Amino acid sequence: MEKWQNQCAWFLVMPVVLLVAFNALIPLMTVVNYSVQDIFDSTHRLFVGTEWYRETLLNTRLQNALLRQLVFSGLVLLIELPLGVAIALTMPRKGGWAISATLVMIALPLLIPWNVIGTIWVIFLRPDVGLLGHFIDHTLGIHFDYPTVPIQAWISVMMMEVWHWTPLVILLAYAGLRSIPDAYYQAASIDTASPWAVFWYIQLPKMRGVLMIAVLLRFMDSFLIYTEPFVLTGGGPGDATTFLSIYLVKLAVGEFDVGKAAAFSIIYFLIVLVFSYVFYQVLLRAQRGEVR
Amino acid sequence: MALIEFKNVAHSYLPPPTRIEDYALRPMNLVWQHGGAYALLGPSGSGKTTLLNIISGLLRPSAGRVLFDGRDVTDSSTAQRNIAQVFQFPVIYDTMTVFDNLAFPLRNRGIAAVEVRSRVSEVAEMLELTDDLRRRASGLAADEKQKVSLGRGLVRSDVSAILFDEPLTVVDPDLKWRLRRKLKEIHKRYSVTLIYVTHDQGEALTFADRVVVMDEGSVLQEGTPQELFETPTHRFVGYFIGSPGMNFLPCRLSPDGAEVAGQFVPLAAGLRTKAAQATGLEIGIRPEAIGLSGSGSGLAVEIGDVAHLGTRKIATCRIGEHEIKVVVPPEQPIPSERGVLEFNPAMTRLYSDGRLVG
Repeated sequence: MEKWQNQCAWFLVMPVVLLVAFNALIPLMTVVNYSVQDIFDSTHRLFVGTEWYRETLLNTRLQNALLRQLVFSGLVLLIELPLGVAIALTMPRKGGWAISATLVMIALPLLIPWNVIGTIWVIFLRPDVGLLGHFIDHTLGIHFDYPTVPIQAWISVMMMEVWHWTPLVILLAYAGLRSIPDAYYQAASIDTASPWAVFWYIQLPKMRGVLMIAVLLRFMDSFLIYTEPFVLTGGGPGDATTFLSIYLVKLAVGEFDVGKAAAFSIIYFLIVLVFSYVFYQVLLRAQRGEVR
Repeated sequence: MALIEFKNVAHSYLPPPTRIEDYALRPMNLVWQHGGAYALLGPSGSGKTTLLNIISGLLRPSAGRVLFDGRDVTDSSTAQRNIAQVFQFPVIYDTMTVFDNLAFPLRNRGIAAVEVRSRVSEVAEMLELTDDLRRRASGLAADEKQKVSLGRGLVRSDVSAILFDEPLTVVDPDLKWRLRRKLKEIHKRYSVTLIYVTHDQGEALTFADRVVVMDEGSVLQEGTPQELFETPTHRFVGYFIGSPGMNFLPCRLSPDGAEVAGQFVPLAAGLRTKAAQATGLEIGIRPEAIGLSGSGSGLAVEIGDVAHLGTRKIATCRIGEHEIKVVVPPEQPIPSERGVLEFNPAMTRLYSDGRLVG
């Protein structure tokens, strides 16, 4: 067969190229542009190369924010995944309207706008009028003042995050559990497997696919978290709950240090990309290992 | 090993069954001899799987009692009954090796490691899985996975029975007969009771010593493959077993035998007296028990389509408005248009309202 010399087909991908360009490439390139220049006003600018990057990476406040962020995302995964799976396991595998109603109730926190979540918890945790705050402060007798005590601020942010996002893990895990055919449970009962063995050898391996999605989603989302802690603690007390995105916004909007903030954004983006890629590869490899 | 008995067992998935149609399994008494190879045969929705799950204890019957060796096990769990079951789709523990899969039921019962190893290697040898013992079970092909699920039943030396729920559905046709032969071999070697659910009559008739035919929640007939073939007690059985199924022709009794569309068919001695009071009479005859020739005495018919199947030919004949299928040896010529059918009186059955008269 003879090949024609015709490059018209390239025009067919133009809409997608344009869309992606306006959607992702151009904004990203703007940031790249800022990150390599020192801009004074619209006419005065100076190419500085990698200076912002170097400065950003050596900035101890940023390093601390990154460390805080990693601890936060690690805790999120460690708490939300086991908790979500545990709750999904307690739900009956079959059932009528009661199951549907329960699922809707569980999913409610996922439907609330994020700044509202923050506001709900601000009120919920107030020692004077908030239910939980009052309970801790008056009933338990523990002095509760999360805006000034760092550890209390951390616990408050964690509680809010767990309350907000564990439902997603529950829904995913429950969907995974529902898809296991009855025959597996029947075979396990014939083999006199203990409930623990059923969990370890049947339920967990069969849930692996959905749990992989849960790990990726929860890691990425928690790594990018901004709104809820910003509303609840504003990053304080001090820098105690200043996560990466909160620090980034402080830098870009508060100090108007656009060059530094742009370099920071690029680094931030690369960190998320690399972590997600590594997670994905590790989980994928674990799965392939099984097949072999 | 156990003698399994059903006493008035019935099951309904609807909470309060009010009509007989509500029962997935209608009240029945059945005995499964120990060491027998049984096939449960019937179309989809006939209650085969329900029956099987009642034997294994996965389902508690809504009425009646299940006895193992005279002991009432109606409320006992599958583990207590010591039953093994192989499901339609292979159930294996994905994360375990083949060895661990086979050892799992033994380890759960607290059997010593040495004993576990010897049992597993014996069963693996039998099932030709020895080379795969170190492999992850999830990497096996469907038929090998099914062998692993079967193996988990066989490693327990004391199982009462092994139940199969259409186990070859996911297996390639050319592997099916190998697995079936393996099952026969296992049956001979361990003389364990095997109960095999299928909707494929070929599978049922080659596998089983005794076949139980079910339809609409009741057992229509239980017998050897030959009995089912020669004397189906029910119109459904005659039609369901055999390919093509039994021919049924409405008839009336006459002094010479039976009258079909104005012509006479001879009947075996005594059959006429038995059927004297019966209503809704039909002659039932296997296509294999009919002789077809160009002339002579017998039923004059028109000959329609002839299907050539290599080892035999199937001629579709018409008498009045009724159709009769006849199996003819491949070398025998078939007359065109008109021919004469001769029914073997010893193989000619009479049915009254769908049930065998004699």
